[in-house]
Amino acid sequence: MDAPAAIAARDLGRRFAGRWAVRGVTLEIPASQMVMIHGPNGSGKTTLLRVLSSAISPSQGEVRVHGVPAVEARRRIALLSHADGHYDELSGRDNLALAKELGKMPGSVDGVLDAVGLASRADDPVRAYSAGMRKRLAFARLLLKEADVVCLDEPYAALDPEGHALVDDVLRQLRARGATVLVSTHQVRRVAGLVDHAIRLENGHVAAQVPAAQVSPAALAAAPAGGDA
Amino acid sequence: MEIASQCLLVLQKELRHLWRARARATATATFALACLFLFSFAGGLDGDTLRDNAAGYLWVGLLLASTLALGESFRVETEHGALEALLLFPVHPVALFLGKALGNMLTLLAVGLAMVPFAVALFDAAPREGVPTLAACVLSGSAAIAAPGTMHSALASRARARDVLLPLLLFPLVLPCVVAATQATRLAITGDPMNQLGSWLSVTVAFAIVHWSLGALLFPLVVED
Repeated sequence: MDAPAAIAARDLGRRFAGRWAVRGVTLEIPASQMVMIHGPNGSGKTTLLRVLSSAISPSQGEVRVHGVPAVEARRRIALLSHADGHYDELSGRDNLALAKELGKMPGSVDGVLDAVGLASRADDPVRAYSAGMRKRLAFARLLLKEADVVCLDEPYAALDPEGHALVDDVLRQLRARGATVLVSTHQVRRVAGLVDHAIRLENGHVAAQVPAAQVSPAALAAAPAGGDA
Repeated sequence: MEIASQCLLVLQKELRHLWRARARATATATFALACLFLFSFAGGLDGDTLRDNAAGYLWVGLLLASTLALGESFRVETEHGALEALLLFPVHPVALFLGKALGNMLTLLAVGLAMVPFAVALFDAAPREGVPTLAACVLSGSAAIAAPGTMHSALASRARARDVLLPLLLFPLVLPCVVAATQATRLAITGDPMNQLGSWLSVTVAFAIVHWSLGALLFPLVVED
Protein backbone atom coordinates (compact mmCIF):
# COMPACT_ATOMS: atom_id res chain seq x y z
CA MET A 1 0.00 0.00 0.00
CA ASP A 2 1.30 3.50 -0.89
CA ALA A 3 2.33 5.78 1.97
CA PRO A 4 -0.16 8.61 2.49
CA ALA A 5 0.75 12.03 1.11
CA ALA A 6 2.71 14.30 3.45
CA ILE A 7 -0.06 16.88 3.07
CA ALA A 8 -3.49 16.08 1.67
CA ALA A 9 -6.19 18.74 1.55
CA ARG A 10 -9.66 18.08 0.22
CA ASP A 11 -12.09 20.83 -0.80
CA LEU A 12 -10.43 23.15 1.71
CA GLY A 13 -12.02 26.47 2.55
CA ARG A 14 -11.66 29.15 5.17
CA ARG A 15 -14.01 32.06 5.68
CA PHE A 16 -13.40 35.29 7.59
CA ALA A 17 -16.35 37.55 8.45
CA GLY A 18 -18.47 35.98 5.74
CA ARG A 19 -15.83 36.24 3.03
CA TRP A 20 -13.97 33.22 1.68
CA ALA A 21 -10.20 33.73 1.91
CA VAL A 22 -9.56 30.24 0.55
CA ARG A 23 -12.13 28.02 -1.12
CA GLY A 24 -12.24 24.66 -2.86
CA VAL A 25 -8.52 23.91 -2.60
CA THR A 26 -7.63 20.27 -3.14
CA LEU A 27 -3.95 19.39 -2.88
CA GLU A 28 -1.83 16.32 -2.44
CA ILE A 29 1.84 16.87 -1.73
CA PRO A 30 4.05 13.78 -1.55
CA ALA A 31 6.69 13.51 1.19
CA SER A 32 10.00 15.33 0.66
CA GLN A 33 8.60 17.67 -1.99
CA MET A 34 9.22 21.40 -1.90
CA VAL A 35 6.36 23.46 -3.25
CA MET A 36 6.22 27.20 -3.82
CA ILE A 37 2.94 29.03 -3.33
CA HIS A 38 2.73 32.19 -5.32
CA GLY A 39 0.06 34.78 -5.89
CA PRO A 40 -0.81 38.45 -5.53
CA ASN A 41 -1.50 40.09 -2.17
CA GLY A 42 -4.81 38.88 -0.76
CA SER A 43 -4.87 35.75 -2.88
CA GLY A 44 -5.07 33.50 0.20
CA LYS A 45 -1.46 32.29 0.56
CA THR A 46 -1.15 33.05 4.26
CA THR A 47 -4.58 31.62 5.06
CA LEU A 48 -3.84 28.46 3.08
CA LEU A 49 -0.56 27.89 4.93
CA ARG A 50 -2.20 28.56 8.28
CA VAL A 51 -4.98 26.09 7.57
CA LEU A 52 -2.59 23.45 6.22
CA SER A 53 -0.39 23.76 9.31
CA SER A 54 -3.46 23.57 11.63
CA ALA A 55 -2.81 27.02 13.08
CA ILE A 56 -6.44 27.76 12.19
CA SER A 57 -9.20 25.31 11.42
CA PRO A 58 -10.84 25.14 8.00
CA SER A 59 -14.42 26.32 7.52
CA GLN A 60 -14.89 23.44 5.09
CA GLY A 61 -12.92 20.40 3.95
CA GLU A 62 -10.10 18.71 5.82
CA VAL A 63 -6.32 18.55 6.01
CA ARG A 64 -4.43 15.34 6.68
CA VAL A 65 -0.72 15.21 7.39
CA HIS A 66 0.89 11.82 6.78
CA GLY A 67 -2.59 10.32 6.86
CA VAL A 68 -3.82 11.79 10.15
CA PRO A 69 -5.80 14.98 10.79
CA ALA A 70 -3.39 17.93 10.86
CA VAL A 71 -4.34 18.90 14.44
CA GLU A 72 -3.19 15.47 15.63
CA ALA A 73 0.07 15.76 13.69
CA ARG A 74 1.18 19.11 15.12
CA ARG A 75 4.37 17.63 16.50
CA ARG A 76 5.42 16.97 12.88
CA ILE A 77 4.47 20.41 11.53
CA ALA A 78 6.32 23.71 11.79
CA LEU A 79 5.00 27.08 10.64
CA LEU A 80 6.94 30.27 10.08
CA SER A 81 4.31 33.00 9.93
CA HIS A 82 4.16 36.80 9.93
CA ALA A 83 3.48 36.77 13.69
CA ASP A 84 6.70 35.41 15.14
CA GLY A 85 5.18 34.07 18.39
CA HIS A 86 7.94 35.36 20.69
CA TYR A 87 7.55 36.77 24.20
CA ASP A 88 9.04 40.26 24.22
CA GLU A 89 10.15 40.24 27.85
CA LEU A 90 12.00 36.92 27.61
CA SER A 91 15.41 36.57 26.01
CA GLY A 92 15.90 34.82 22.68
CA ARG A 93 17.47 31.89 24.52
CA ASP A 94 14.54 31.72 27.01
CA ASN A 95 12.03 31.74 24.16
CA LEU A 96 13.79 28.83 22.46
CA ALA A 97 14.31 26.91 25.71
CA LEU A 98 10.59 27.24 26.42
CA ALA A 99 9.73 25.94 22.94
CA LYS A 100 12.18 23.07 23.27
CA GLU A 101 10.85 21.94 26.65
CA LEU A 102 7.16 22.42 25.91
CA GLY A 103 7.31 20.84 22.45
CA LYS A 104 9.95 18.24 23.32
CA MET A 105 11.90 19.54 20.34
CA PRO A 106 15.01 17.57 19.44
CA GLY A 107 17.36 20.37 18.31
CA SER A 108 19.99 22.18 20.36
CA VAL A 109 19.17 25.73 21.50
CA ASP A 110 22.79 26.90 21.25
CA GLY A 111 23.20 25.14 17.91
CA VAL A 112 20.23 26.88 16.26
CA LEU A 113 21.10 30.26 17.80
CA ASP A 114 24.53 29.91 16.24
CA ALA A 115 23.05 28.79 12.92
CA VAL A 116 20.86 31.91 12.61
CA GLY A 117 23.59 34.28 13.79
CA LEU A 118 21.99 35.27 17.10
CA ALA A 119 24.43 33.62 19.51
CA SER A 120 25.92 36.94 20.64
CA ARG A 121 22.49 38.48 21.38
CA ALA A 122 20.84 35.33 22.75
CA ASP A 123 20.47 36.69 26.29
CA ASP A 124 18.98 40.04 25.30
CA PRO A 125 15.23 40.45 25.72
CA VAL A 126 13.39 40.00 22.44
CA ARG A 127 11.89 43.49 22.74
CA ALA A 128 15.41 44.79 21.98
CA TYR A 129 15.58 42.82 18.70
CA SER A 130 15.05 44.36 15.28
CA ALA A 131 12.40 42.92 12.93
CA GLY A 132 15.10 40.96 11.10
CA MET A 133 16.47 39.50 14.33
CA ARG A 134 12.98 38.46 15.41
CA LYS A 135 12.62 36.68 12.08
CA ARG A 136 15.95 34.94 12.61
CA LEU A 137 14.77 33.81 16.04
CA ALA A 138 11.62 32.43 14.43
CA PHE A 139 13.86 30.49 12.04
CA ALA A 140 15.85 29.21 15.02
CA ARG A 141 12.63 27.83 16.56
CA LEU A 142 11.71 26.26 13.24
CA LEU A 143 15.10 24.53 13.06
CA LEU A 144 14.82 23.45 16.69
CA LYS A 145 11.65 21.49 15.97
CA GLU A 146 13.14 19.47 13.10
CA ALA A 147 9.60 18.99 11.77
CA ASP A 148 9.08 16.94 8.64
CA VAL A 149 6.34 19.21 7.29
CA VAL A 150 7.38 22.85 7.14
CA CYS A 151 5.24 25.81 6.07
CA LEU A 152 7.10 29.06 5.44
CA ASP A 153 5.10 32.23 4.91
CA GLU A 154 7.17 34.96 3.26
CA PRO A 155 10.46 33.71 4.76
CA TYR A 156 12.52 36.45 3.08
CA ALA A 157 10.44 39.33 4.43
CA ALA A 158 12.22 41.74 6.85
CA LEU A 159 15.63 40.14 6.28
CA ASP A 160 18.84 41.74 4.99
CA PRO A 161 20.90 40.14 2.18
CA GLU A 162 22.73 37.98 4.74
CA GLY A 163 19.36 36.89 6.05
CA HIS A 164 18.25 36.01 2.51
CA ALA A 165 21.30 33.77 2.21
CA LEU A 166 20.35 32.21 5.55
CA VAL A 167 16.87 31.39 4.22
CA ASP A 168 18.39 29.85 1.08
CA ASP A 169 20.61 27.77 3.32
CA VAL A 170 17.68 26.67 5.51
CA LEU A 171 15.68 25.68 2.43
CA ARG A 172 18.62 23.58 1.20
CA GLN A 173 18.97 21.97 4.64
CA LEU A 174 15.27 21.14 4.73
CA ARG A 175 15.50 19.65 1.28
CA ALA A 176 18.61 17.65 2.19
CA ARG A 177 16.91 16.04 5.19
CA GLY A 178 13.81 15.18 3.19
CA ALA A 179 11.31 17.57 4.80
CA THR A 180 8.14 18.43 2.94
CA VAL A 181 8.17 22.18 2.49
CA LEU A 182 5.52 24.68 1.44
CA VAL A 183 6.95 28.11 0.87
CA SER A 184 4.90 31.17 0.09
CA THR A 185 7.01 33.91 -1.46
CA HIS A 186 7.19 36.65 -4.05
CA GLN A 187 10.89 35.83 -4.59
CA VAL A 188 10.07 33.46 -7.45
CA ARG A 189 13.48 33.53 -9.15
CA ARG A 190 15.31 32.96 -5.88
CA VAL A 191 13.30 29.86 -4.97
CA ALA A 192 12.69 28.51 -8.47
CA GLY A 193 15.82 26.33 -8.48
CA LEU A 194 14.91 24.64 -5.22
CA VAL A 195 11.25 23.72 -5.60
CA ASP A 196 9.64 20.71 -7.25
CA HIS A 197 6.64 22.66 -8.43
CA ALA A 198 4.74 25.86 -7.86
CA ILE A 199 1.12 26.67 -7.20
CA ARG A 200 -0.44 29.97 -8.19
CA LEU A 201 -3.28 31.15 -6.01
CA GLU A 202 -5.83 33.73 -7.11
CA ASN A 203 -8.82 34.83 -5.07
CA GLY A 204 -8.40 31.85 -2.77
CA HIS A 205 -8.45 29.29 -5.57
CA VAL A 206 -5.62 27.29 -7.13
CA ALA A 207 -5.29 29.08 -10.46
CA ALA A 208 -2.38 27.07 -11.83
CA GLN A 209 0.24 24.47 -11.02
CA VAL A 210 3.60 24.70 -12.75
CA PRO A 211 6.34 22.03 -12.82
CA ALA A 212 9.84 22.84 -11.57
CA ALA A 213 11.39 23.34 -14.99
CA GLN A 214 8.91 26.08 -15.84
CA VAL A 215 8.86 27.97 -12.57
CA SER A 216 9.32 31.66 -13.29
CA PRO A 217 7.17 34.74 -12.70
CA ALA A 218 6.05 34.73 -16.34
CA ALA A 219 5.26 31.02 -16.43
CA LEU A 220 3.26 31.25 -13.22
CA ALA A 221 1.25 34.15 -14.56
CA ALA A 222 0.63 32.49 -17.92
CA ALA A 223 -0.04 28.91 -16.77
CA PRO A 224 -3.52 27.61 -17.58
CA ALA A 225 -5.86 26.93 -14.67
CA GLY A 226 -5.56 23.39 -13.38
CA GLY A 227 -2.24 22.77 -15.14
CA ASP A 228 -0.48 19.60 -14.04
CA ALA A 229 2.32 19.61 -11.55
CA MET B 1 1.44 13.23 32.92
CA GLU B 2 2.44 15.31 29.91
CA ILE B 3 -0.32 17.81 30.75
CA ALA B 4 1.09 18.17 34.28
CA SER B 5 4.65 18.77 33.08
CA GLN B 6 3.46 21.22 30.39
CA CYS B 7 1.32 23.00 33.00
CA LEU B 8 4.36 23.49 35.22
CA LEU B 9 6.41 24.79 32.28
CA VAL B 10 3.66 27.26 31.36
CA LEU B 11 3.46 28.37 35.01
CA GLN B 12 7.25 28.79 35.09
CA LYS B 13 7.02 30.91 31.93
CA GLU B 14 4.23 33.01 33.45
CA LEU B 15 6.25 33.71 36.58
CA ARG B 16 9.42 34.48 34.63
CA HIS B 17 7.49 36.83 32.34
CA LEU B 18 5.85 38.46 35.35
CA TRP B 19 9.26 39.05 36.94
CA ARG B 20 10.78 40.47 33.75
CA ALA B 21 7.76 42.76 33.26
CA ARG B 22 7.50 43.57 36.96
CA ALA B 23 6.77 47.23 36.26
CA ARG B 24 3.32 46.14 35.03
CA ALA B 25 2.76 43.93 38.09
CA THR B 26 3.78 46.83 40.31
CA ALA B 27 1.30 49.07 38.51
CA THR B 28 -1.47 46.54 39.16
CA ALA B 29 -0.63 46.40 42.87
CA THR B 30 -0.42 50.20 43.04
CA PHE B 31 -3.84 50.47 41.42
CA ALA B 32 -5.29 48.08 44.01
CA LEU B 33 -3.75 50.10 46.84
CA ALA B 34 -5.03 53.34 45.30
CA CYS B 35 -8.53 51.83 45.32
CA LEU B 36 -8.20 51.08 49.05
CA PHE B 37 -6.99 54.61 49.67
CA LEU B 38 -9.97 56.09 47.80
CA PHE B 39 -12.41 53.83 49.64
CA SER B 40 -10.97 55.08 52.94
CA PHE B 41 -12.11 58.59 51.95
CA ALA B 42 -15.41 57.50 50.42
CA GLY B 43 -16.31 55.45 53.52
CA GLY B 44 -16.54 58.46 55.81
CA LEU B 45 -14.91 59.10 59.17
CA ASP B 46 -16.65 56.54 61.34
CA GLY B 47 -14.00 53.99 62.34
CA ASP B 48 -16.53 51.19 63.05
CA THR B 49 -18.15 51.59 59.62
CA LEU B 50 -14.77 51.56 57.90
CA ARG B 51 -13.75 48.46 59.82
CA ASP B 52 -17.07 46.70 59.04
CA ASN B 53 -16.69 47.50 55.34
CA ALA B 54 -12.94 46.82 55.10
CA ALA B 55 -13.47 43.34 53.62
CA GLY B 56 -15.73 44.74 50.90
CA TYR B 57 -13.21 47.46 50.04
CA LEU B 58 -10.45 44.87 49.87
CA TRP B 59 -12.34 42.58 47.50
CA VAL B 60 -13.71 45.33 45.26
CA GLY B 61 -10.16 46.74 45.01
CA LEU B 62 -8.73 43.32 44.19
CA LEU B 63 -11.49 42.60 41.67
CA LEU B 64 -10.87 45.90 39.86
CA ALA B 65 -7.11 45.29 39.85
CA SER B 66 -7.64 41.73 38.61
CA THR B 67 -8.95 43.02 35.29
CA LEU B 68 -5.57 44.66 34.67
CA ALA B 69 -3.61 41.53 35.55
CA LEU B 70 -5.92 39.18 33.65
CA GLY B 71 -6.06 41.40 30.56
CA GLU B 72 -2.27 41.64 30.50
CA SER B 73 -2.01 37.88 30.86
CA PHE B 74 -3.58 37.33 27.42
CA ARG B 75 -2.27 40.48 25.78
CA VAL B 76 1.22 38.95 25.82
CA GLU B 77 -0.15 35.77 24.25
CA THR B 78 -1.90 37.49 21.36
CA GLU B 79 0.45 40.42 20.68
CA HIS B 80 2.90 38.49 18.48
CA GLY B 81 0.95 35.28 17.98
CA ALA B 82 2.56 33.46 20.92
CA LEU B 83 -0.67 31.63 21.71
CA GLU B 84 -0.77 30.15 18.22
CA ALA B 85 2.90 29.19 18.48
CA LEU B 86 2.27 27.46 21.82
CA LEU B 87 -0.58 25.42 20.35
CA LEU B 88 1.62 24.40 17.43
CA PHE B 89 4.55 23.27 19.65
CA PRO B 90 2.14 21.55 20.58
CA VAL B 91 1.02 22.49 24.09
CA HIS B 92 -2.17 20.83 25.30
CA PRO B 93 -4.82 23.56 25.78
CA VAL B 94 -5.72 22.17 29.23
CA ALA B 95 -2.08 22.52 30.34
CA LEU B 96 -2.09 26.04 28.95
CA PHE B 97 -5.25 26.92 30.89
CA LEU B 98 -4.04 25.43 34.16
CA GLY B 99 -0.59 27.02 33.87
CA LYS B 100 -1.96 30.46 33.06
CA ALA B 101 -4.74 30.26 35.66
CA LEU B 102 -2.21 29.24 38.33
CA GLY B 103 0.00 32.17 37.31
CA ASN B 104 -2.96 34.54 37.54
CA MET B 105 -3.98 33.09 40.90
CA LEU B 106 -0.50 33.68 42.33
CA THR B 107 -0.54 37.25 40.97
CA LEU B 108 -3.92 37.98 42.60
CA LEU B 109 -2.79 36.32 45.81
CA ALA B 110 0.34 38.48 45.92
CA VAL B 111 -1.65 41.66 45.23
CA GLY B 112 -4.31 40.64 47.78
CA LEU B 113 -1.75 39.93 50.47
CA ALA B 114 0.01 43.22 49.71
CA MET B 115 -3.33 44.98 50.28
CA VAL B 116 -3.87 43.46 53.73
CA PRO B 117 -1.39 45.61 55.73
CA PHE B 118 -2.75 48.74 54.03
CA ALA B 119 -6.31 47.67 54.86
CA VAL B 120 -5.24 47.10 58.46
CA ALA B 121 -3.69 50.57 58.59
CA LEU B 122 -6.45 52.45 56.76
CA PHE B 123 -9.49 50.72 58.28
CA ASP B 124 -8.11 49.45 61.59
CA ALA B 125 -8.86 45.99 60.24
CA ALA B 126 -6.47 43.76 62.16
CA PRO B 127 -7.86 40.22 61.75
CA ARG B 128 -9.32 38.92 65.02
CA GLU B 129 -9.32 35.37 63.66
CA GLY B 130 -5.60 35.57 62.89
CA VAL B 131 -3.52 36.31 59.81
CA PRO B 132 -3.52 32.68 58.51
CA THR B 133 -7.35 32.71 58.38
CA LEU B 134 -7.33 36.00 56.51
CA ALA B 135 -4.66 34.63 54.14
CA ALA B 136 -6.85 31.57 53.52
CA CYS B 137 -9.73 33.89 52.57
CA VAL B 138 -7.51 35.79 50.12
CA LEU B 139 -6.16 32.53 48.69
CA SER B 140 -9.57 30.94 48.10
CA GLY B 141 -10.99 34.17 46.64
CA SER B 142 -7.97 34.57 44.34
CA ALA B 143 -8.38 30.99 43.12
CA ALA B 144 -12.10 31.57 42.55
CA ILE B 145 -11.48 34.71 40.45
CA ALA B 146 -8.41 33.39 38.57
CA ALA B 147 -10.08 30.48 36.76
CA PRO B 148 -13.08 32.32 35.22
CA GLY B 149 -10.81 35.35 34.80
CA THR B 150 -8.33 33.39 32.69
CA MET B 151 -11.14 31.88 30.66
CA HIS B 152 -12.83 35.20 29.95
CA SER B 153 -9.55 36.97 29.36
CA ALA B 154 -8.90 34.44 26.58
CA LEU B 155 -12.40 35.02 25.21
CA ALA B 156 -12.08 38.80 25.33
CA SER B 157 -8.58 38.80 23.84
CA ARG B 158 -10.05 38.19 20.38
CA ALA B 159 -12.35 41.22 20.61
CA ARG B 160 -11.46 44.78 19.69
CA ALA B 161 -12.99 46.21 22.87
CA ARG B 162 -11.29 43.59 25.05
CA ASP B 163 -10.46 46.02 27.87
CA VAL B 164 -14.15 46.80 28.33
CA LEU B 165 -15.40 43.32 27.52
CA LEU B 166 -13.41 41.51 30.21
CA PRO B 167 -14.98 43.27 33.24
CA LEU B 168 -18.41 43.13 31.58
CA LEU B 169 -18.11 39.35 31.25
CA LEU B 170 -16.25 38.68 34.47
CA PHE B 171 -17.93 40.81 37.14
CA PRO B 172 -21.44 39.32 36.96
CA LEU B 173 -19.97 35.82 36.82
CA VAL B 174 -17.74 36.14 39.90
CA LEU B 175 -20.30 38.04 41.97
CA PRO B 176 -21.25 34.97 44.11
CA CYS B 177 -17.62 34.22 44.95
CA VAL B 178 -16.85 37.87 45.70
CA VAL B 179 -19.85 37.98 48.09
CA ALA B 180 -18.70 34.76 49.78
CA ALA B 181 -15.04 35.86 49.97
CA THR B 182 -16.12 39.25 51.36
CA GLN B 183 -18.25 37.63 54.06
CA ALA B 184 -15.45 35.23 55.00
CA THR B 185 -12.92 38.07 55.12
CA ARG B 186 -15.31 40.27 57.14
CA LEU B 187 -15.67 37.51 59.74
CA ALA B 188 -11.89 36.99 59.77
CA ILE B 189 -11.46 40.71 60.54
CA THR B 190 -14.34 41.37 62.93
CA GLY B 191 -14.43 37.97 64.60
CA ASP B 192 -16.53 34.85 64.06
CA PRO B 193 -18.57 34.12 67.20
CA MET B 194 -21.18 32.04 65.29
CA ASN B 195 -18.63 29.93 63.36
CA GLN B 196 -19.92 31.04 59.96
CA LEU B 197 -16.54 31.72 58.39
CA GLY B 198 -16.01 28.10 57.37
CA SER B 199 -19.31 28.03 55.47
CA TRP B 200 -18.49 31.16 53.47
CA LEU B 201 -15.02 29.83 52.76
CA SER B 202 -16.56 26.56 51.54
CA VAL B 203 -18.78 28.48 49.11
CA THR B 204 -15.69 30.25 47.73
CA VAL B 205 -13.76 26.99 47.40
CA ALA B 206 -16.74 25.25 45.74
CA PHE B 207 -17.03 28.12 43.28
CA ALA B 208 -13.30 27.80 42.53
CA ILE B 209 -13.52 24.03 41.98
CA VAL B 210 -16.48 24.39 39.60
CA HIS B 211 -14.76 27.11 37.55
CA TRP B 212 -11.34 25.42 37.40
CA SER B 213 -13.10 22.30 36.13
CA LEU B 214 -15.25 24.21 33.64
CA GLY B 215 -12.21 26.13 32.44
CA ALA B 216 -10.21 22.97 31.80
CA LEU B 217 -13.20 21.57 29.90
CA LEU B 218 -14.04 24.64 27.79
CA PHE B 219 -10.69 26.37 27.30
CA PRO B 220 -9.70 24.20 24.28
CA LEU B 221 -12.86 25.44 22.51
CA VAL B 222 -11.92 29.05 23.24
CA VAL B 223 -8.31 29.02 22.08
CA GLU B 224 -8.55 26.76 19.04
CA ASP B 225 -9.60 28.86 16.06
